[in-house]
Amino acid sequence: MKARHKRFALIAAGLALLVIAAVLITKSFRSNLVFFFTPTQVENGEAPKTGNFRIGGMVEAGSLKRLPDGLRVQFKVTDTAKTMQVEYKGILPDLFKEGKGVVAEGELNKDGLFVANQVLAKHDENYMPPEAAAALEAAKANKAKLATDGDSK
Amino acid sequence: MEKKISINWFKYASPKTFYPLAGKIIPWCAIGAAILIAYGLYIGLIIAPTDFQQGEGYRIIFVHVPAAWFSMFLYLIMAFYAAMGLVFNAKLSYMMATAIAPTGAMFTFVALVTGSLWGKPMWGAWWVWDARLTSELILLFLYVGYFSLQAAIDDKNRADKASAVLALVGAINVPIIYFSVKWWNTLHQGSSVSLTKAPAMAAIMLQGMMVMAIGFWLYSVAVILMRVRCEILERDSKLKMF
Amino acid sequence: MHWNSISEFLAMGGYGFYVWGSFAVTFLSMTIELWLINQRRKSVTRTLEQ
Repeated sequence: MKARHKRFALIAAGLALLVIAAVLITKSFRSNLVFFFTPTQVENGEAPKTGNFRIGGMVEAGSLKRLPDGLRVQFKVTDTAKTMQVEYKGILPDLFKEGKGVVAEGELNKDGLFVANQVLAKHDENYMPPEAAAALEAAKANKAKLATDGDSK
Repeated sequence: MEKKISINWFKYASPKTFYPLAGKIIPWCAIGAAILIAYGLYIGLIIAPTDFQQGEGYRIIFVHVPAAWFSMFLYLIMAFYAAMGLVFNAKLSYMMATAIAPTGAMFTFVALVTGSLWGKPMWGAWWVWDARLTSELILLFLYVGYFSLQAAIDDKNRADKASAVLALVGAINVPIIYFSVKWWNTLHQGSSVSLTKAPAMAAIMLQGMMVMAIGFWLYSVAVILMRVRCEILERDSKLKMF
Repeated sequence: MHWNSISEFLAMGGYGFYVWGSFAVTFLSMTIELWLINQRRKSVTRTLEQ
């Protein structure tokens, strides 16, 4: 075996080991590197029972309301399967909107209300001019209308 | 021993022949980079429309995404040259890897800072420890680790080998960064542009980003070749002293 | 052309600080990199000429 071949074999073996190590690390990471829990995961008891954690999902349409004290807001976070009631006191980020993604950090109180101390907006990866978004929205509404018309016939 | 190899494509693996070749490539890349970056800025800042969700704030994408792409891509190329260096014990490959690291680190830094400036108004936080942001920060540490290892070992030969191994080990972080938004729940959104689906961007926005990215690519080639020329001269001058 | 006035362009819809900050950081970093390489090239040529 030439020196170069030997070196090559050694490097290949080293790389293979590294890949295995990396796969193992990512596997263990998978469960630990969760930035937030979905309401379903919380329901299933996968989130910590006490202390701070983050929940994520969509702000349910029509659920955002400001409490009479004018400081606190309440809204529902949903992953379409399960829903959680969240209360927050502070400034909401610019992209916080009903029907859009949100990540809230805080803890559950004994009534099952999630009291958040930080609310972050999670936006999607779509970028387009407002006119295009409006056209898309209109097309979607039109399609939905056609579908319901079809059902009633 | 290396000199005996006379297959044609090894010709440019010799620093002596590579030095003037690099000198010829640099001006063309520099001119191309200047034109494309200027054109990319024109599209991104002047003619691209506003975004339906993020208003004018989304324009950060025109520097953030190309910088983030090259932070990862340059690492892979650096790791490739490091591997070539280890396999063929080729000096020029090591020099290339060494020359790539600072530019990669610069783009990683830019991606992190512009991301932070984007996260504050949109998400509501300068920084979060989600998988995407954390793995990109690790990338910066890997680059920094690479050139501190180079600087720490006096014997150039051993420095090259040690840092090449680090570059290879760290390469596993690149797919982790790229797929982090798929594998884990992250605050960072998924990819707007990928090989597997149609881009989730209006055509003109995508065009601006692509022009900018090719501009950054030509810039990278130019500065890396400039740096490798310095590297060749420096190592040469050290040899002459002995 | 997307803009109606210079002030509108500079304000970036209220995101001026973040947008201009990002572009400034990017191009400042690239300029510094070029400057550093140039310094390095000068110092090498100086040593070689000695």
